[in-house]
Amino acid sequence: MKHMLRQVFRSGKFVTGFVIFMAIMLTVIIYPLLITDHPLSIIGQGTFFPPGIYVNVFDSVSSPAYTIMLDDAAAKRIAGRLNDEDREAIREWLVGAGVADGEIDIANTESLLGLWVNNYDSTANVAGMTNADRNYYIRLNKSLQVLLSTEGVTLAASNPETGALEETGTVEPTQYVNVREVANVRLLPLGTDNFGRDVLTELVSATAVSLRIGFVAGIIATFIGLVLGLVSGYMGGIVDDVISFITNLFIVIPGFVLLILISFSIGQERRGPFVIAVVIGLTSWVWTARAVRAQVISLRNRDHVNLSKLSGHSIVHIISRDILPYIASYVVMALILQISAGILAEAQLSVLGLGPRTTEEATLGLMMNWALIYQAHILGKWWAYFPVILVIALIAFSLNLMNTGMDQVFNPALRD
Amino acid sequence: MGEVILDVNELTTKYVTRFGDNIYAVDHVSLQVEEGKSLGIAGESGCGKSTLALSLMGYYFPPLHYTSGDIIINGRTITGMAPDDVRRTVLGNDIAYIPQAAMNALNPTQKVIRFIEDVFDAHKMHMSKKEVRETAEGFFQAVGLPEEVLNKYPVELSGGMKQRTVIAISVILSPQVLIADEPSSALDVTSQKMVIKMLRRLMDGGYIKSMIFITHELPLLYNVTDDIMVMYAGQIVEKGSSKEVVLTPLHPYSQGLMGSIMVPEAGLRDVKLLAIPGVPPNLKNPPSGCRFADRCKYVMPICRAQTIPLREVAGGRAYRCVLSPEELSEAHAREVYASHAK
Amino acid sequence: MLNERKPCLQGVGLTKVFGLGRKKTVAVDNVDFTFHEGEIISIVGESGSGKTTLAKMLLGLINQTSGDVFFQGQKRDLSSHRKKKEYWRSIQAIFQDPFSSYNIFNKIDTVLLDCIRMRGGGSLSRDEKTEMMIEACRFVNLKFEELTNKYPFELSGGQQQRLMIARIFLLKPKILLADEPTSMIDACSRSTILDALLDLRNEIGMTPIFITHDIGLAFYVSDSVYIMERGRIVESGTADEVILNPQEPYTKRLISDVPKIREEWDLSTV
Repeated sequence: MKHMLRQVFRSGKFVTGFVIFMAIMLTVIIYPLLITDHPLSIIGQGTFFPPGIYVNVFDSVSSPAYTIMLDDAAAKRIAGRLNDEDREAIREWLVGAGVADGEIDIANTESLLGLWVNNYDSTANVAGMTNADRNYYIRLNKSLQVLLSTEGVTLAASNPETGALEETGTVEPTQYVNVREVANVRLLPLGTDNFGRDVLTELVSATAVSLRIGFVAGIIATFIGLVLGLVSGYMGGIVDDVISFITNLFIVIPGFVLLILISFSIGQERRGPFVIAVVIGLTSWVWTARAVRAQVISLRNRDHVNLSKLSGHSIVHIISRDILPYIASYVVMALILQISAGILAEAQLSVLGLGPRTTEEATLGLMMNWALIYQAHILGKWWAYFPVILVIALIAFSLNLMNTGMDQVFNPALRD
Repeated sequence: MGEVILDVNELTTKYVTRFGDNIYAVDHVSLQVEEGKSLGIAGESGCGKSTLALSLMGYYFPPLHYTSGDIIINGRTITGMAPDDVRRTVLGNDIAYIPQAAMNALNPTQKVIRFIEDVFDAHKMHMSKKEVRETAEGFFQAVGLPEEVLNKYPVELSGGMKQRTVIAISVILSPQVLIADEPSSALDVTSQKMVIKMLRRLMDGGYIKSMIFITHELPLLYNVTDDIMVMYAGQIVEKGSSKEVVLTPLHPYSQGLMGSIMVPEAGLRDVKLLAIPGVPPNLKNPPSGCRFADRCKYVMPICRAQTIPLREVAGGRAYRCVLSPEELSEAHAREVYASHAK
Repeated sequence: MLNERKPCLQGVGLTKVFGLGRKKTVAVDNVDFTFHEGEIISIVGESGSGKTTLAKMLLGLINQTSGDVFFQGQKRDLSSHRKKKEYWRSIQAIFQDPFSSYNIFNKIDTVLLDCIRMRGGGSLSRDEKTEMMIEACRFVNLKFEELTNKYPFELSGGQQQRLMIARIFLLKPKILLADEPTSMIDACSRSTILDALLDLRNEIGMTPIFITHDIGLAFYVSDSVYIMERGRIVESGTADEVILNPQEPYTKRLISDVPKIREEWDLSTV
């Protein structure tokens, strides 16, 4: 046993898979200890906030200010504020005002602003411009002037007694706050999802739930497959015929269709993650049963089994001591694949909207489902679905790698 | 004395294990096979006889590696040649090798005639399909195989017929040497006899110039080959004519081997079989001195103290022991006498 | 003397058919025999002759399709596990391939302790059991101290087969079926195994039945020889009668096809 483990851990493939899987497992265990927020609490008012560091504006104003003179601050400020639409509008105006199209480079903020300041005239009448357009340009010009000005912004608060606005201070363009001195800063490495929930925290808890589903489904499927395979392979005769008939019946019915039908008929209310895991387990034991049966049939005629019979051992003893150890490595490999298949099946079901119906816990499949329903893929909100795909792929990849590594150890024919 | 076809000088080859250990499975083996002669190689499993067969081809692939020595076929040294040249110009033309379980190596989806076409193609003998068929039919007839076999798939042939077909395919280019490794061990006695008869026919008809026959079955060697070489732990321990080696073995190991022969002949029931206790040494670190010392009845301190050379005796006989041929023969006679007092 | 021989194992019309319908193969075809206590028996046949199937039927590992087996004059009854266990106290086996005869997950001690338990020695003290195992190993020239806590695959083929004989030594059955016990063993160790088996026979008075394809071996060890061809026993009798003076054409051919040393091997017969 020890020797076998040592052999397995000498396989590069197995170790790579094992390290990836353990990294995922450790993250799932350690992350909730550090970030204790409820993974599904809605923190964002709005959908799909992009990944980034969120600094509280109110706290920034009251934080101690530091004056730092940076030459490119204004340019950066405007560059950050002018969006592509505004830039396109400026170009349109400039072309209308007779500037050659070739001179305009909307990506170069400095030259664009120079052209604008030199050419803009709020009274000029450009052909085909509506009143609304004119007002838009006036607003645009005004806001640009504010950005370009070196004057500060006056802060005011209403006096609780008189109700009148009173100046409480000014914010200069050269003033900075230290992020560490701002009381409320929230890091959202993967932004928020459609409900305004922190995607990373949600992802970690979803991974945990999906792994649990995978383990439950895998263990159920392997256990059923193992028991049926052992019994039908060892007993033979009529028992074998009946079990093989049932197994073959399940093989002819596409497993996923069966899964969809069962999932659908359970009804929404009772469809929690655990129920889904059990359903997946109950529909995916077929191949394990067949493979175990084939292995047992080849084992039961071996001399060591005959010898064990001659030593007067009972069927239970023979199956558990003389047959099970020989197929144990195979069963472990099957279990690993079943776990991986279970996680994938949950994801598939959930994407179709037939997965666990819950607002208490997220699963990897549910996250995909939410992202899909709120059109994250069309809106380009990659952070809502891409990390989920990556985690599913990593889990499946690591488990399959472990399986292949073990296969090479236990099947010398596959060794290079 | 005929012309020497195969001349092997001090050939040493080794296996390199996954852990980097060197195992010298063929250790300074020299042998000569003359035209029209056959040589048998005997020994227990793991003594290096199959490795020797593999090494004699001059074509090495990991984990087997060439270390030193020469293999000369018809005056041409093939050790040191590029592996591709060996494969193209030596194998098939000069040496035909039939490995153990060769009969299971035939691709079940091809008819026998296709294998023969492949042989001619591989050796760049541009022949039309008709010519190949005519040649093959003539050859099969000459070696006593029915022509219908050519149109059959391997699965349609019985084990014995399959083995004879494999042999026929491998010697169709009339090689100088045929190396047959246990060609009949997996067969029942009748098929075995047919294989032997075919090999005899190949030799007598001149389709092969010489033959090396490897088996652990001594009665078979005794009946098939002119000379016998006994191997133990990678070394030759005895060489001589079949009659000499089987009936009056010199080396204590050969004596043990011959003493354990069971053939259904009158008198067998009256003798007690000889037994050699123990197991062969691990070749990873073979014992210094005589490698058989641990199992030998006549072991003396000197056996372990020095390397024992192969000693030549008159008539091309050789053995690897410190005792003289007379002492060994006398000891053997005593053993045989004692075994009759069952 | 001859009249006093007690039959220990008898087969009447024993038949084993595998498969159904067109795939039906008759492995053992209506075989009758009477094995007597104390004699050494060999069943000789080529591969496919049904000798191994016959052996498995005699062992009760597979059921016969028709016919009966009589053990010590009584019709054999294997209807329950308890009865089978009782039967297996009297009949045991050694198989061809020592490497597949052992459960690779069990230590050598387990193999031997199972035998002691089978003989009803389960309640003996640890020391008494060890004493028995040491004795059994000594009988086959193995040192128990070197084997204890080892796994069977750490032994050579010859040692494994001798351990099998040590197992029989502990079980002390009345009948031993040895299915090709030496065919996977090197020639030099072969006689050691045979000697150990024959010594054991004298020691515990069992009836050995050799199942083999090797006519030389059958001739060397046995008193009676049964020749099997395609599921039938074609010739039987004392070893000298059958081997030195065969009557049936099949037996004649079988013997003439084996290479000889003292006699000429006639290649013209095939």
